Amino acid sequence: MSRLEVVCPAGTPAALEAAVAAGADSVYFGFRDGTNARNFPGLNFSREEAEEAIAHCHRHGVRAMVAVNSYPQAGRAELWQRAVADAHALGADAVILADLGLARWARSRFPHLRLHLSVQASAANPEAIAYWTERAGIRRVVLPRLFSMEDIRTLVPALPVESEVFVFGGLCVMAEGRCMLSSYVTGRSPNLDGVCSPAEWVRYGREGPMLTVRLGDVLIDRIPPGDKAGYPTLCKGCYRVRGRAMRPFEEPASLDLLSRLPELMAVGVRAIKIEGRQRGRAYVERVVRAVRGAAEQAARGRPLDAPDLRTLMEGGRATEGALARGWR
Amino acid sequence: MGGTPLLVLGPVLYGWPLRRLRDFYFKIADEAAVDVVLLGEVICTKRTSCSTATWLEIRERLERGGKTVAMSTLALPTERRELESLRALCREWPGLIEANDYATLHLLAGRPHLVGAFINVYHEATLAVLLEEGAVRVCLPPELSLDSVRLLARSAPGRVEVQVFGRLPLALSARCHHARSLGRTRARCRFACRDDPDGLALFTLDGRPFLTINGIQTLSASYLEASFQVTELLASGVGALRILPQDVDMVAVVAAYRALLDGRIGPEEVRAILTRLCPGRTLTGGYLAGRPDPAPAPAAAKG
Repeated sequence: MSRLEVVCPAGTPAALEAAVAAGADSVYFGFRDGTNARNFPGLNFSREEAEEAIAHCHRHGVRAMVAVNSYPQAGRAELWQRAVADAHALGADAVILADLGLARWARSRFPHLRLHLSVQASAANPEAIAYWTERAGIRRVVLPRLFSMEDIRTLVPALPVESEVFVFGGLCVMAEGRCMLSSYVTGRSPNLDGVCSPAEWVRYGREGPMLTVRLGDVLIDRIPPGDKAGYPTLCKGCYRVRGRAMRPFEEPASLDLLSRLPELMAVGVRAIKIEGRQRGRAYVERVVRAVRGAAEQAARGRPLDAPDLRTLMEGGRATEGALARGWR
Repeated sequence: MGGTPLLVLGPVLYGWPLRRLRDFYFKIADEAAVDVVLLGEVICTKRTSCSTATWLEIRERLERGGKTVAMSTLALPTERRELESLRALCREWPGLIEANDYATLHLLAGRPHLVGAFINVYHEATLAVLLEEGAVRVCLPPELSLDSVRLLARSAPGRVEVQVFGRLPLALSARCHHARSLGRTRARCRFACRDDPDGLALFTLDGRPFLTINGIQTLSASYLEASFQVTELLASGVGALRILPQDVDMVAVVAAYRALLDGRIGPEEVRAILTRLCPGRTLTGGYLAGRPDPAPAPAAAKG
């Protein structure tokens, strides 16, 4: 059985170099515009930086993947097509995308370009994955973060393509690509603009000892002193339901499936993915090293001896997400 | 296609019990001036109170009432049981089916079908691929601006459908938030959604109505009411307007939009009628009117 391929995020050239040095097998990044799902200020790659990044990866035997995984907007699809064409021209090993029209365009224009189906496509069952494989020539699918281990065990061996699973980092509780909460409040969303809960909409305030968190005018959390606040997304917020204050969607926590790598490898998962293109190089360096180490231990059948990464996690807490018993 | 726009009654998104569903559709069959009615369970198979035989009986009644009937399908089939029920439905249903997931598009290959608002269609090329593969009509996701809708409708006149009434469907999850709000899991939900025929209200901590929980789905608290945009929608080539059922007098809601389409009343009057029909609800033009007002302050909610 071959070792799990470690797929690492890079929001900047510095983070990319850190990922390569720390043992990434593949690195993924996006261009500096709304064509990818981490369209944050100060992040992502110009065409020149992308060219250098891809060359750097190749010099070190690392694959470079370009994410073009937001949804092209009506009348402006050319921007997304150009991103795919440039990724191809610059020698990217794969393009990660989510939109059907864009995938069909890419396939007809660049038949040999390797296409990976982004988690944003929310292909959450074998029939949907078969559709994308047959009709859009997808070679790998990034599985939505909503499967239990049981689901993965039955799904992966039956797939006609490679599968990639998120194992560490931020966690969407909603089905990726099927969530418009952010645009409902801010006008900007992952599908439309590649952003969720844009930073310029976040407003912190005080109510007595409590820290209040608003997105625009909408109060989404009240945090008591001493509690750690995660990045304020609507799905992790605190609201009143049935007269009680609660987090009806999800607690702020980061995904950590490192202890599950042997099982993922055994069922035939090809690659494991780290979320976090918005993270700095120090974070990327530490997490990539830990995940690569865990992947090697899993391949050698050794028990996991992973460093404690909890200080890097949202709210300082880890979750196995949908793989945890009773999550659904 | 083209010509007269169709008025479409979308599927019931909430967990209504069987008797209520039957009564609702029989009344629609006899009294509502709607052209197309979509049946079926979109959110969760666990709550399906209707067998295919019952849906067929409802369909027959609606067809006798002069309606075209189609079957809508699950928006997020993930578990094996859900896929099996989807496969069975695609095999057994004798009429038109609406796909809300790529799984259903795969199962419907080669058959004419409808595409629902849960499949992401944001630009012309995706719309074109879906039409080429057999979609008769495509309902756009609610997140689109009026400008985007215009461009899409112009690229496929008569083939685009847009929601004009009802809560905005905003998110899907593998987790049942309805069950979670009661400390239960989806596997042991004990039909947590059964007692909320219009969904479970979620307020901000400062008391503003914000969202609605409906099983694995999250919707807006406000109802979309887009009568002010209808003229522009139709002028750009939108072929069908979708009304989503809520726990209000839906025959009267349909009548208001029918009167608008027939030119008997204007949007101001539609808004006034609907404000009366939906007490305690805020009406919003949604994304079609610019940015929706997501959590109106209590003062704004009155106006």
